[in-house]
Amino acid sequence: MKQKPWISLAAFTTCAALILPATALATDYRPAMLANPCAGCHGPDGDSPGSIPSLKGLTADEIASSMKAYKADRRKGTVMNRIAKGYTDEEIDLMAGYFSRKP
Amino acid sequence: MNNISRRRFIQWLGSASALGALGAPSLALPNSKARIIVVGGGFGGATCANYLKRFDPSLDVTLIEQSKQFYTCPFSNAVLGGLYDMDFIRHDYAKLQSKHHIKLIQDKASTIDPVKQTVRTTAGRTLSYDRLVLSPGIDFRWNAIEGYDPAASLIMPHAWKAGEQTVLLRKQLHEMRDGGVVVIAPPANPFRCPPGPYERASMIAHYLKQHKPRSKVLILDAKDQFSKQTLFQDAWDEFYPDIIEWVPGSQGGRVTAVDPKHMTVTADDERIKTDVANIIPPQLAGDIAHRSGLTNDQGWCPVNQKTFESTIYKNVHVIGDASIAGKMPKSGFAASSQGKVCAAEIVAALHGDTVGTSSWVNTCYSLITPDYGISVAAVYRLSDEGIVGVKGAGGVGPRDAPRSTRRMEAIYAEGWYRSITADIFG
Repeated sequence: MKQKPWISLAAFTTCAALILPATALATDYRPAMLANPCAGCHGPDGDSPGSIPSLKGLTADEIASSMKAYKADRRKGTVMNRIAKGYTDEEIDLMAGYFSRKP
Repeated sequence: MNNISRRRFIQWLGSASALGALGAPSLALPNSKARIIVVGGGFGGATCANYLKRFDPSLDVTLIEQSKQFYTCPFSNAVLGGLYDMDFIRHDYAKLQSKHHIKLIQDKASTIDPVKQTVRTTAGRTLSYDRLVLSPGIDFRWNAIEGYDPAASLIMPHAWKAGEQTVLLRKQLHEMRDGGVVVIAPPANPFRCPPGPYERASMIAHYLKQHKPRSKVLILDAKDQFSKQTLFQDAWDEFYPDIIEWVPGSQGGRVTAVDPKHMTVTADDERIKTDVANIIPPQLAGDIAHRSGLTNDQGWCPVNQKTFESTIYKNVHVIGDASIAGKMPKSGFAASSQGKVCAAEIVAALHGDTVGTSSWVNTCYSLITPDYGISVAAVYRLSDEGIVGVKGAGGVGPRDAPRSTRRMEAIYAEGWYRSITADIFG
């Protein structure tokens, strides 16, 4: 598990004791909640084992501009034009950021 | 479990003099290792178990599943069409155990005690939980079609749970004479995998066209409309005009009785002789759900549309085909998407957090031929009326899409299958 939303307790206590205020720990689920369904086609963490393009290795900008182009029908795909229209531009940026941070 | 959630503990820790708190010898770390039991290792349950551990690796997650191996309904039609063998749709739980540290109990969960928060299994185990996730899939309403009971399903397979039933139906197709009639009888809504019967008709027709071209596929439908209907019918006209015939419910399609001994099905008071009968009976939530009192009078499980917690019992969540999930269809993709949302909601609740956004997706491909696929997709959000599709998004593919699009969707259908099964079981 390379990336997880929860900082391990042991690691945190060390940090907390030194600097962090408690509020820093609130987890923002939004990017994961928006991005998790994508794995159903693009593979775990966007790493596709089959014919559907991987998101892994793309920059946030590449993912976001692609999604926005599908959304506006400036780029022609198959299902992506229909799916991209389900998200606001801000949500697209959150999802793109989420996948670009995956190792 | 210990009521002090990790986050609250940490908040408390933050508000105390941190160094002093850490130095206090009486202060032990709280036991926040919540016990989550997931029942059912299909698309919903296996995804939820997996994502619970992804969200919080410290959780104690146990998956109760009676089968050692799981055969997916998705792509079982392609097995019937001769495109793949059974190995392609077979998955196991080895990686969920070794990689994600999920405990697997190979047993059948038979009932729950929502007050004591325990699950009983048929082998006599009693397991306690802090949170329970049920993903029991469907069961059949035996005898809703007169004469269609478990014994009849060994002669007239439903093949609506993949595995032995898929193998049986395939065997019957292989043994059938050229010039035979295959009846497919889909039920009324709601049921598992709305486009499934029509993809099945396509894949069986694909097999027959090559090997038994004088044969027919007769769809005797309880309904007058079905999923992706226009796209299916356009493609049938092109590829299988002399093979597939669809009879809607109002025009005599509704099957009311079967006679396995004489291989007849009765629709609109007419007895039809058939060589192979694939009867897909009306359905309800899987066994454990109705035995535990989690279903409504229609046989499905009402749930909080955000958390998938049962509206009947606290700390019991129901996902997948068994649940009433607003406008979402009963599909593998939908169940998997629900498994992820449910996992996040449980983890957040255990940590005293909230999940701000709820978002689900369903994407579903159907194969007409090995090179011709069609799709439907939707993005779902929470509204006052429950889970609804985002307006202006989703829908079926365009009717006038070029052949290259159909070809790509056939290729992507397999890509989808490889991705989602890797996401769930990998």
